[in-house]
Amino acid sequence: MALQGLLWCVGALLATSVAAIAVAQRRAGTAVVYGIALCVSATALGVAGTCLVTGSSLTGTLTLPIGLPWLGARFRLDALAAFFLVVVNLGSATASLFGLGYGRHEEVPGRVLPFFPAFLAGMNLVVLAGDAFTFLFTWELMSLSSWALVMAHHRRSGNAAAGYLYLIMASFGTLALLLAFGLLAGPNGDYAFEAIRAAPPAAGVAGVVLALALVGAGSKAGLVPLHVWLPLAHPAAPSHVSALMSGVMTKVAVYGFVRIVFDLLGAPTWWWGALVALLGGVTAFMGVLHALMEHDLKRLLAYHTVENIGIIFIGLGLALAFEANEMRAAAALALTAALFHVFNHSVFKSLLFFGSGAVLSATGERDMEHLGGLIHRMPLTAFAFLVGSAAISALPPFNGFVSEWLTFQAILLSPGLPQWLLKFLVPAIGALLALSAALAAACFVKAFGVTFLGRPRTDAARDATETDRYSLAAMFILAALCLIAGILPGYFIDALAPVTQALAGAHLPRQEELDWLTIVPVAQSRSSYNGLLLFLFIALAAGLGAEAIHRWASGALRRSPPWDCGFPDPSPATQYTAGSFSQPIRRVFGEVVFRAREEVHMPPPGDLGAAQMHVHMRDLLWDVFYAPIAGLVGFAANRLNKVQFLTIRAYLTLVFGALVVLLMVLAIWR
Amino acid sequence: MAIVLDLLVQFGQMFLVLALAPLLTGFVRKVKAHLLRRQGPPLVQPYRDLLRLLRKEVVLAHTASWVFRAAPYLIFATTWVAAALVPTFATGLIFSYAADMIAIVALLGSARFMLALAGLDIGTSFGGIGSSREMMIASLAEPAMLMVTFTLSLLAGSTQLSSIAAFMQGSAVGLRVSLALALVGLVMVAIAENARIPVDNPATHLELTMVHEAMILEYSGRHLAVIEAAAFLKLLLYVSIIACVFFPWGIAVSGQGLAAYLGGVGVYVLKLAVGGFLLAVFETAIAKMRVFRVPDFLGAALMLGFLAALLLFVTKAG
Amino acid sequence: MDQLALDVAHLFAGGLVLVSFMLLYQDRMTGLVNVFALHALVVSSSVAWQANIQQAPHLYITAAIALAVKAFVIPMALHRIIVRLGIHREIDPVVGIGQTMLAGIGLVALSIMVMLPITAQAGTLAREDLAFALSVVLLGLLMMISRRNAVSQVIGFMSIENGLILAATGAKGMPLVVEISVAFSILVALIVIGVFLFRIRERFDSVDIHTLHEHRGEQP
Repeated sequence: MALQGLLWCVGALLATSVAAIAVAQRRAGTAVVYGIALCVSATALGVAGTCLVTGSSLTGTLTLPIGLPWLGARFRLDALAAFFLVVVNLGSATASLFGLGYGRHEEVPGRVLPFFPAFLAGMNLVVLAGDAFTFLFTWELMSLSSWALVMAHHRRSGNAAAGYLYLIMASFGTLALLLAFGLLAGPNGDYAFEAIRAAPPAAGVAGVVLALALVGAGSKAGLVPLHVWLPLAHPAAPSHVSALMSGVMTKVAVYGFVRIVFDLLGAPTWWWGALVALLGGVTAFMGVLHALMEHDLKRLLAYHTVENIGIIFIGLGLALAFEANEMRAAAALALTAALFHVFNHSVFKSLLFFGSGAVLSATGERDMEHLGGLIHRMPLTAFAFLVGSAAISALPPFNGFVSEWLTFQAILLSPGLPQWLLKFLVPAIGALLALSAALAAACFVKAFGVTFLGRPRTDAARDATETDRYSLAAMFILAALCLIAGILPGYFIDALAPVTQALAGAHLPRQEELDWLTIVPVAQSRSSYNGLLLFLFIALAAGLGAEAIHRWASGALRRSPPWDCGFPDPSPATQYTAGSFSQPIRRVFGEVVFRAREEVHMPPPGDLGAAQMHVHMRDLLWDVFYAPIAGLVGFAANRLNKVQFLTIRAYLTLVFGALVVLLMVLAIWR
Repeated sequence: MAIVLDLLVQFGQMFLVLALAPLLTGFVRKVKAHLLRRQGPPLVQPYRDLLRLLRKEVVLAHTASWVFRAAPYLIFATTWVAAALVPTFATGLIFSYAADMIAIVALLGSARFMLALAGLDIGTSFGGIGSSREMMIASLAEPAMLMVTFTLSLLAGSTQLSSIAAFMQGSAVGLRVSLALALVGLVMVAIAENARIPVDNPATHLELTMVHEAMILEYSGRHLAVIEAAAFLKLLLYVSIIACVFFPWGIAVSGQGLAAYLGGVGVYVLKLAVGGFLLAVFETAIAKMRVFRVPDFLGAALMLGFLAALLLFVTKAG
Repeated sequence: MDQLALDVAHLFAGGLVLVSFMLLYQDRMTGLVNVFALHALVVSSSVAWQANIQQAPHLYITAAIALAVKAFVIPMALHRIIVRLGIHREIDPVVGIGQTMLAGIGLVALSIMVMLPITAQAGTLAREDLAFALSVVLLGLLMMISRRNAVSQVIGFMSIENGLILAATGAKGMPLVVEISVAFSILVALIVIGVFLFRIRERFDSVDIHTLHEHRGEQP
């Protein structure tokens, strides 16, 4: 029943996508398309949320007679799918709401509107897919529609190259997933998920499938070293699409990984967990360091997505390691932490991308070094962005802190793991996670501080105006969710219980019975966290302090120029920029990781020319990994180019040679 | 009735830390002055400083936003909540289950987030210096603190400070190498976080040597009073954590009655005095490091915390 | 009481690892020599404690020799050498101090990984003490290869010997004559190295290894 409803929603989205080709150029076209997408996504959100919370109709399967003739297309709805549908549709609904306002500024609606509902439909279908063929087909639909959206502004510099790289990486990822499903289906070729679940592969094959799933789903999610497309492609798309790509599409990739590894692959081995957690830790650290070096606001957010994906994969790796050692309660904790972070990240990353979209449409600038002082011109956007920044920096009482706290609790349960490599690896990963969290806070002080605080650095920033009501509504809904999920995490953890029960065989104790909305992941004596109480304490303390001050202190206030140590400073160019803010951290970490070198050209005394500072950074991953591969491919392509210019006799010889070889193979193999 | 009493004791702890915080800073300054063969200001001078600042008017820059005006109260609130949750004279108080050490570290992180934003708000270069250096120091100090937390939680089997303190009081702990490493790491983090020599000079007038002072350069009047109070509370918080975890003798247990509580308060004041004295001696004996030596210092703290946690991971029975 | 005694011995071993890290952290020559004196002090205290709990009085003499020679005589001699050579400024590490310490952590993890599974029959504390002793040796080697200055290499070499003493006294029984010969050979080595350093400094005005390397024979 619920499954049919969801499939009808997807159908409505696909129909809207087709209809949008016609209405895109009309004035009301934007409103119609986004409005329909909003209603449909909200409906799907309601349906999926109800299913997850009440646990009803979570075992439906449906086979539609489309696709391959002997296979059909299977769709199924279970607890994991319901949770990810909630995440996807929440992001879609808020993005559509944002698009109602933001889409009015779109110069080429004909290139955006037809693909937007198709993108939403593709993401929903991937989560609902019940067999490998449907999964791959809808995965490609999702990739191609998002590629079309990335190429919407293809005349802008860099966007075409970003789209090209995205297409290559997406195809590469789908190839890896295709091979993975091929290995899973086995010699019988039965692609349905139930059949694959019933016949788990042998240990060696399972290891290869894990590696392929890691490559395939990881490249879409943004695991290092396959993340290189993400900071180029995500910012190139329109802002609400960037939010969907960063906040939601990466989560669909995580869903693909969880579905393959936790559900279809059978019992894990311990080194799977070590590999996944290690990749997650490295990804988190590298992602946040790259983000600190950026001064383009959307690229900073895209690199930050890479960091959070790393945190999610740390949780998933720990869950695998625990499950391999039969520590089911600990596996449930790690899995809950990872999935809660999936939800949290989609909420606050969407919020932050909406904020950057609002800034972009108000000022036309993405570069933080050209912004500043926007808190006076766009106060509501600034407030929502501040809430998002606080949430993503894992500050209590917001939701980012809760999922990070749960991940730390899972790490603290790991001394029980018997394998030696895990005993050394997990504390190192814990240290990497702690480092990433601290660096993330630094990154968002920079992002919010340089963009919204201070003085405006250009006229565009000086003349900015607040965005429209729809964008603000979308941002405030997400900001409220950040606070609610931080104060009432128990309900979310209980909603995740059926998911972890299905995947890990255990779930966290029921949280809603605990008084004062505390969460207790393992045992009361061990650890507990109460977001509501902390929020109340902070409010009480702030209130008491403010009341005492207003009672007993002088209330006088006088406005004046800034003190600045007595230096009269008319130019906003003397305030700190993004590059100068991250200079200490670049000097400490960047000299090793990026080979960052500063080069200063000072003119001799008496020369009135400007001094110049250049920062040279190398992405070692690109130089060591991608550039040689690209060189090799180019070299091979050049050699093979000769095949284009052969004579007719040479072509005939090739055809004849291929035929003879195939016949020989057939003869020998028989 | 019992609930009301428990609440009163908890609120008593809350106001006790607020009352004692300026006294601790005054004591440290007095000891430092005596070590330098000066008389030094009276012990209650910080209280007088706060009162004086409260009576002055606020001079606010034209470019200041609501973040600048709200930040002092938020910084004060988060630091006060964190300091009020740390067990000082008794463990097991009514809200002690909310005193999760990771939560306390994150509360201090919130305070630092708001302070760094306030530094960037006016749009001058000095605020920027303070904020960027503070975030560099925090990017290493916070992980070091978290690794120390891991070490303590692995030993005590809990992340709640109350349970950790109670465990340390018991006889099961013995002398552990990990504890020694964790203590050294925590002391190094405490020095860095409280802007003490050798990381930052709390009494400097040279802007280019400031970290904490540079961020609050534009504050005046009652805002500055609130921020100074928050800084006093932060120092008290760190000394309290070191005292209750590593030197837990004399802490009362909840329910033992008023006499035990008063004895606990006395022992706590004594521990604060010893901690303040040692801090003053250390600050006088050592010179301030140049800024880019601080990452080495805090990197060493992070390594010590990591080594302590690694040792526990490796030697704990499966 | 017995547990407390073993805990104190364990604490000394851990303290020696901590002081080895402090050696890696130093960036001035005088600080380095002072920390080395502390290193020798910790080793001699550890040996004295072992003498106490093992009821082996000859180890007291070992401790006294280590204290006198390594904590007083050699540091004073090194201080004078440093002043004479004029190199009491900064040490020049090959890679940054942060990376050296990270490598140090890796070495400690490696020695734990090697020692703990091998010695599975012995008690927990004894195994950890052996792992710590191996770490001190490895950290001393790390110090030798990550510093350009010849005097810091000498100090690294002597801290290796301290680690070996820690390992040897941790196990029961070490003959006194071995210790005397070891101590004297170290002293002789130091005198020789000191003489050579003076000669090198006179000839080439520097004790930087790279400068010396250029003056090797058979250069193309």
